[in-house]
Amino acid sequence: MSNLVEVRNLRIEAKTDSGRLVEIIKGVSLDIADGEIVALIGESGSGKTTVALSLMGYARPGCRITGGEINVSGRNMAALSEKERARLRGTDIAYVPQSAAASFNPSSTVMEQVIEVTRIHKLMPPERARQRAVELFRALSLPDPEGIGARYPHQVSGGQLQRLSAAMALIGDPKLVIFDEPTTALDVTTQIDVLKAFKSVMRAGGVAGVYVSHDLAVVAQIADRIVVLKGGEVQETGTTAAILSAAQHPYTRELLAAFEPKPRQAHADADAGTKQLLRIDNVTAGYGAVRADGLPLIRAVDSVSLVVEKGRNLGVIGESGCGKSTLARVIAGIHPAAAGDIVFDGKELQRAARKRSQDQLREMQIVFQYADTALNPAKPVEDIISRPLAFYHRLDRQARSKRVDELLDMVRLPRTLRYRHPSELSGGQKQRVNFARALAAAPKLIICDEITSALDTVVASAVIELLKELQRELGLSYIFISHDLSVVEAICDEIMVMYNGERVEQITPDKVTAPTHPYSKLLFSSVPKLDPTWLDGLVRDPELVSQYGHR
Amino acid sequence: MTIARATTSRRSFLGHSYSLVGVVAALVILAWTLVAILAPYVIPHSIGDIVDDDYFGPMRQGLWLGSDYLGRDMLSRVLMGARYTVGISLAAVSIACFSGVVLGMIAAVTGGWLDTCLSRFLDAMNSIPSKLFGLVVVAAVGSSIPVLILTLAVIYIPGAYRFARALAVNINTMDFITVARVRGESTVYLIGSEILPNIIRPVLADFGLRFVFIVLLLSGLSFLGLGLQPPLADWGALVRENIGGLPFAAPAVIVPSLAIASLTISVNLLIDNLPQKIRDRDA
Amino acid sequence: MKSGVLNLVLKRLGIAVITLLIVMFAVFFATSMLPGDTASILLGQAATPEAVAGLREAMHLNDPAILRFLLWLVGLLHGDLGTSYANEMPVATLIGGRLVNTMKLAGITTLLSVPLALTLGITAAMLRGSVYDRTVTILSIGVISVPEFMVATLAVLLFAVYLKWLPALSSVNEAHSLTDLVRIYAMPVITLTFVISAQMIRMTRAAVIETLSTPYVEMALLKGASRSRMVLRHALPNALGPIVNAVALSLSYLVGGVIIVETIFNYPGIAKLMVDAVATRDLPLIQSCAMIFCLGYLFLITAADIVAILSNPRLR
Repeated sequence: MSNLVEVRNLRIEAKTDSGRLVEIIKGVSLDIADGEIVALIGESGSGKTTVALSLMGYARPGCRITGGEINVSGRNMAALSEKERARLRGTDIAYVPQSAAASFNPSSTVMEQVIEVTRIHKLMPPERARQRAVELFRALSLPDPEGIGARYPHQVSGGQLQRLSAAMALIGDPKLVIFDEPTTALDVTTQIDVLKAFKSVMRAGGVAGVYVSHDLAVVAQIADRIVVLKGGEVQETGTTAAILSAAQHPYTRELLAAFEPKPRQAHADADAGTKQLLRIDNVTAGYGAVRADGLPLIRAVDSVSLVVEKGRNLGVIGESGCGKSTLARVIAGIHPAAAGDIVFDGKELQRAARKRSQDQLREMQIVFQYADTALNPAKPVEDIISRPLAFYHRLDRQARSKRVDELLDMVRLPRTLRYRHPSELSGGQKQRVNFARALAAAPKLIICDEITSALDTVVASAVIELLKELQRELGLSYIFISHDLSVVEAICDEIMVMYNGERVEQITPDKVTAPTHPYSKLLFSSVPKLDPTWLDGLVRDPELVSQYGHR
Repeated sequence: MTIARATTSRRSFLGHSYSLVGVVAALVILAWTLVAILAPYVIPHSIGDIVDDDYFGPMRQGLWLGSDYLGRDMLSRVLMGARYTVGISLAAVSIACFSGVVLGMIAAVTGGWLDTCLSRFLDAMNSIPSKLFGLVVVAAVGSSIPVLILTLAVIYIPGAYRFARALAVNINTMDFITVARVRGESTVYLIGSEILPNIIRPVLADFGLRFVFIVLLLSGLSFLGLGLQPPLADWGALVRENIGGLPFAAPAVIVPSLAIASLTISVNLLIDNLPQKIRDRDA
Repeated sequence: MKSGVLNLVLKRLGIAVITLLIVMFAVFFATSMLPGDTASILLGQAATPEAVAGLREAMHLNDPAILRFLLWLVGLLHGDLGTSYANEMPVATLIGGRLVNTMKLAGITTLLSVPLALTLGITAAMLRGSVYDRTVTILSIGVISVPEFMVATLAVLLFAVYLKWLPALSSVNEAHSLTDLVRIYAMPVITLTFVISAQMIRMTRAAVIETLSTPYVEMALLKGASRSRMVLRHALPNALGPIVNAVALSLSYLVGGVIIVETIFNYPGIAKLMVDAVATRDLPLIQSCAMIFCLGYLFLITAADIVAILSNPRLR
């Protein structure tokens, strides 16, 4: 056997809620050579995690490996007994989970869990294991490598936990490490550090790896080869360079195309751009006890001012915890501001939504990130979309039904979907229904809070295109809140960068290559590029990183 | 990711899948409900008539379930007992769950001091052991049927409230509630149209569980002699008055016991084996 | 972190105190609603209206309810539980020995049922889906679904009527030897153990199953850990809080259980005393017994909540 891993014609079945068997992996074959890092890429539901886990001979509850061979260093994981598999897990093959925060046992120290593999398999005395762990912590550039092991998981940040779980995987000197979307939950500035750390230890140890991800740009930095999966089947396999430059399969090309959104055509109507639709002045909002000056103890939004002009879009970008979502909720009146003014369409708005007039509420709609929780699962699509029609426009049943059809057409959904419940829709469809409901109110401004973040790349770019079209047809304005620079760049006329509750800079998309504020510089430079040499060539000002990177 | 469940044989029908256990349990419950409704028209003897020369008579033709400690027809008494046990419990659980669920949803949606006061007060009510509460109230006000129903209802309102509130609080954090709220919707709409449809299944299961608790408590009180007063008798009272037949395993004491057990176990089994809506997307 | 836990616990204790006050108030007023005018009941049919009026005055029955409640509270704080109407003995004396009897019954039941229920619950969770698990689950559903008196009558039928091992009734006074002791306590304890354990088994099983499906247990599996290591090292330490919580909650079912069990087996405990007091409308005695039950119940559910707070590893 020449390769470390040889998977042949792998088949995995899953049992649905009603007990029906569905084949979710339909004959996948792949090879991994010694020391090679192979990426499994695909959208959610493509089976990439299932394939990766099967390399350990493991299928999640409800799933079953039904056919094919999984040869890892000469042994067929599918045919081994559970005891024999357990012997290989942690020593030959190790796993780095998607959410390290959930995968650490909360009632045991980090060190105990990192060296647990050596205890289970009796690899080395605990003292030696601890030394080895500290060496790994250092290699993964974790802060305080000597002391961090004594902490409990909840006392360590997400990015650090992700690196600690890599140490946990590497301590048994495995031949193969499986990374299951290890940076998806992290902010971009943190993601860089984690990626760099992973890459250097894998390269130093000559360890082979499987890197599961949906993000081509991330994968381009770390993988030697890429396997593209869709619907449980391999679409295309090739070296990273070949896939990026000369993809053969249409699906791969679609992925690549979605990654680089078309730049927004500049607004021709410079004359219309002078009317202000929304202006907020020195708005402050937050949580916790109210202090003597009437401001909250913890300020999530700190004297932020912004202007949205009619028919134009404002993007708000920042990392988790920067206050951008709170800002959206403050504008919509869900979280009333503690101080500051909100002027909408020439009139001063009350801070709390329930004090605003029905027309004011109607003209400003908000669309949330997770369509799963934004749509009432107990109602069919037509009820969801027609409620604003009945509530704001007092349409009768017939008029509502007609309008629902029109709205479904507008968001490019088939009319027959109106009878379905949200759980019977795909992620992209749900987000379109979510948007159609906002359109039903006939608003002037739509606040979009991370609406593409939970979607797969291809689906997300289609939603963005739809938003642009609707804007042209209906003359809407958007406030677009996101952590993803490429999304904001694609649709916005102005971009506001937020950090720690404050507005640090506002620029136009054509100037994102040259931001002036140091935090914007750090943020923009941290967005991965499709170029495989990008990570290695990236030089970051260490002072900036220590000042702004939350590690 | 689906969790493998130890499902017994399930069949599907009309877009739902049913388990055999659930169907049988439902049939038992249906049968007792019918008996409760029809009892006065089908009983062979009046419940007060002494029809047997012997007491604790055995099962035989004409007296299918034997006779009780006074020589009355057991079949008639058990059938009428169903009327009291099922009827009182159902009335009490309906009041308890309706009030509890409505209050719980209002507290969850409104929040603030109303939520705090209501929760604090009902939690305190919950800190009185149910049997003790029943004992004291029934002793104080007597045990007419309306008093029994109200007492049992009051005892189980806090539990129903707590359950519904916890569910509603979860739903209340969902974005679709926020969306409805910034649309300007009223509390009544939020409760009835947005929250209730999402909690109705667990609430119905809770209704069943609480029904079982009430049947058990009512039987317990009657067994202590604090429930229905003679000559009326629910199943608990039937066990009590015929306990003397226990040493010779008279049907008069065994049948009402079995009746209680068959009802409560069936409800529990039905809750665990509710029909599931098949909602498979074509993968 | 430490102060956060302390705050939560203090807050929970504060809530318990408020609850206690509300409960005392409720008990006091529920018992005040007992039918009939206490004074005329005490003096009998032949009493003159003047005598009744005099007694009402002496017993503060004419005072507003809130004042009587406060007087009663002050009495409680001094250890004065009042005097029984029925036999004019101090309530404290009547309760004393009875309370000890009930505590013994509850104590023995706890010692027996906790280890039994934990073993069955945890092993059932570990062997989820097996024949063993299903048997345990079905039996515990069965016991939960039937009234306590049925468990008791079945136990009597089995042990006293068919097997003739044990007497059907209890009487604490006659305990002279170990065999006597066993014979006295066996029936009530067996009945109570069944009732309490069924609840505890279900809750324990559910708690362990929940932790077994967490990502960190899956992670342990992927590190090559054995089944027992996954359960003992990863699932149990995190299920400990919910389990202890389940134990405390289940023990609170003792309160309801003893009322039935003491009556059936004629066990001279405080619950029997109370049921008898209800029959004779002995107001001070009912109030005191009810308070003792509420106190015990409140103590257990408060303990359950505090354990849940303390066992949260994130607050450590």
